[in-house]
Amino acid sequence: MARTAVLGRLNWQLGTVAELVQETSRVASLVLDVPEWPGHLAGQHVDVRLTADDGYQAERSYSIASAPEHPRLAITVERLDDGEVSPYLVGEVRKGDKVELRGPIGGYFVWRGDDHRPVLLVAGGSGVVPLMAMIRHRTAIKSTTPTRLLYSSRSEEDIIYKAELDALSAAGDGLTVAHCLTRKQPPGWRGYARRIDRPMLEEVAWPKAQNPIIFVCGPTPLVEGVAGHLVDLGYEAASIKTERFGPTGG
Amino acid sequence: MSFISRGFRGKRRDATSSSRVPPGQYVVNDFPVLSAGPTPRVAVSEWTFVVEGEIDQPKKWTWDEFRKLPVEEVTKDIHCVTKWTKLDTLWKGVSVDTILDGVETAAEYVMAFSYGGYTTNLPLEDLTGGKAWVAYEFDGQPLHPEHGGPARLLVPHLYFWKSAKWVQGLRLVKEDQPGFWESNGYNMYGDPWREQRYWGD
Amino acid sequence: MTVQQSDLKLDGNAIGGLLREIFTMEMTTAESTCAGCHKVHAIGQVEVYMNAPGAVVRCPACGNVQMRIVKGGGRYWLDLSGIRCLEFST
Repeated sequence: MARTAVLGRLNWQLGTVAELVQETSRVASLVLDVPEWPGHLAGQHVDVRLTADDGYQAERSYSIASAPEHPRLAITVERLDDGEVSPYLVGEVRKGDKVELRGPIGGYFVWRGDDHRPVLLVAGGSGVVPLMAMIRHRTAIKSTTPTRLLYSSRSEEDIIYKAELDALSAAGDGLTVAHCLTRKQPPGWRGYARRIDRPMLEEVAWPKAQNPIIFVCGPTPLVEGVAGHLVDLGYEAASIKTERFGPTGG
Repeated sequence: MSFISRGFRGKRRDATSSSRVPPGQYVVNDFPVLSAGPTPRVAVSEWTFVVEGEIDQPKKWTWDEFRKLPVEEVTKDIHCVTKWTKLDTLWKGVSVDTILDGVETAAEYVMAFSYGGYTTNLPLEDLTGGKAWVAYEFDGQPLHPEHGGPARLLVPHLYFWKSAKWVQGLRLVKEDQPGFWESNGYNMYGDPWREQRYWGD
Repeated sequence: MTVQQSDLKLDGNAIGGLLREIFTMEMTTAESTCAGCHKVHAIGQVEVYMNAPGAVVRCPACGNVQMRIVKGGGRYWLDLSGIRCLEFST
């Protein structure tokens, strides 16, 4: 039975933007100093609240990108052209600005790293963010738990954290990364060049006998498609954790 | 008041037509999609519209029959309880007066019900006298499923949750009973000009 | 932008913050038994429609409304009648 933590009130706090990292042309990470941050688990998210000077408010949830071990809190935001919040966070916000947030939130979609089941991570687009927190946590605790990331992006330019993922997967500590590029592939591309489908999952997923734990995150159609294929392939529904991102995360 | 986010404006909010904008609302240029569940997919070949309840003879139309009823084109401002207002929206549909033509009833209230299970309650008086339509075209195009197509109720003088999407029929009832949102915090009547959003407003 | 119907469907993770406000506990791991079909799902797995006058939570197996949560005017309205039983650990 999964643990439900009694945590008390969840308060809004102010984080100060210490650093802005452009990850791709449309995606940036905001690295925040949050003085009263209670700590978090990989996979959790924060709610961010913006208030205009006439009192108008908009609220969105963003997965925490940073490992629990990291001294600062990072969120990674994809700028949606017709979004309301994301064009502010990626575009307007500057170093030194304050952002109102509350968290950490979520207990279902977390990886603590204390069980040794092999891990399969499946990401669509910005769905990679909470999975990256899990990968960063894995590195921080020097885990060698066999971990595979299957990450679907539109093109090579859209791969978030590409350099870091290349480096971590070359470290030889049991992490491998398989990319799918669904719209455009660079010359000589040898990775997957189509949307995630059942045969692909069959190739990438850990054998059922190894009892993997599986995390799937991304847009709803991808998450539901992948979860459905995995169930069809015989993986236990209880071992598959899903988190759907909506375009309303804009 | 809480912290102000430097430089945040949010979606463009136009305050100039303020006499047309009820209290607490702001004007949008897009048409937000709100939904309490999966979008029903109703083929027009299967679609029917009924009037039932406190009525001697229930009425029913197929899509083809409904499309033969006299049609009206109206331009209205619409106000969602989530605070957005959209001005000058263009609709085409059948007036509820036409639908209820010839109906004799002791009922004073209506429960509108939709494909997918949504319900909303209104006084009969607010559906008649040129105040309501069953609309199947928006902005010159067939009403898209995400906005309630094939047809939705249109009652612009009340908050837009009363304009039931995917409307399937009207049930004439003697007593006012709360529908889907009215039974969970939203106002039984919902007049935007008196800002009747929630219970007790 | 054409909104796909599936775009509006999220899951219980999306209301983690809202549920923390009400329950003062992390609820996404809580398990709900559907009053309609009696299947059990973690709240993190249930379907959530948030683009609405309130949050509507539906059973992923049968689609029944499990919860409705409205927050406004300084109040919450919470309907849990679609949940037969909610289980969470101490």
